[in-house]
Amino acid sequence: LCSAADLEKNLGEMVKKDKVVVFMKGTPAQPMCGFSNAVVQILRMHGVDSYAAYNVLDDQDLRQGVKDFSNWPTIPQVYFNGEFVGGCDILLQMHQNGDLVEELKKLGIRS
Amino acid sequence: MSVTADHIRDRLTAGLAAVHVEVEDTSPNRCAASFKVLVVSSQFEGKPLLQRHRMVNTCLAEELKEIHAFEQKTLTPEQWEKHKSQ
Repeated sequence: LCSAADLEKNLGEMVKKDKVVVFMKGTPAQPMCGFSNAVVQILRMHGVDSYAAYNVLDDQDLRQGVKDFSNWPTIPQVYFNGEFVGGCDILLQMHQNGDLVEELKKLGIRS
Repeated sequence: MSVTADHIRDRLTAGLAAVHVEVEDTSPNRCAASFKVLVVSSQFEGKPLLQRHRMVNTCLAEELKEIHAFEQKTLTPEQWEKHKSQ
């Protein structure tokens, strides 16, 4: 119980530490799932190359913890400025309708 | 319990008063139960994408525990009309 509370506190700090934070399966260099890969490719397309990526396959507690933290059942999960943006479907739709460019602009990232 | 496309369709239709639901079972392409859904509901009106997706996730909370991969698209009836004519 105590460690779950710790993890939640840690997650709160992790998502705020970097402007763009991704929880994914694998790493940006080697994604282990098509959905995680899609997020990596979309970010790359927008010139977002310095972001924090955490591999949930390395840590089962993190894998469950981030789902509880965001109240979101699936991986990948994307955060901008400490705020949960969504999963792969949402990022893809934001990419398609132009919202992603706007959101990145708010973060000072020009795509 | 094994989740079926029909079961997901019924849940979404009942839970979100969806006027149109498409469920594609994408499991054959993957290693475990996988689904792709399109949900059209007037309950999505005025709600941002994240909130719409959360509504779908909540509606399928039990099922998602069994599902390996899940893709969703959420449209209002108005958006659906546009989508169809494209």
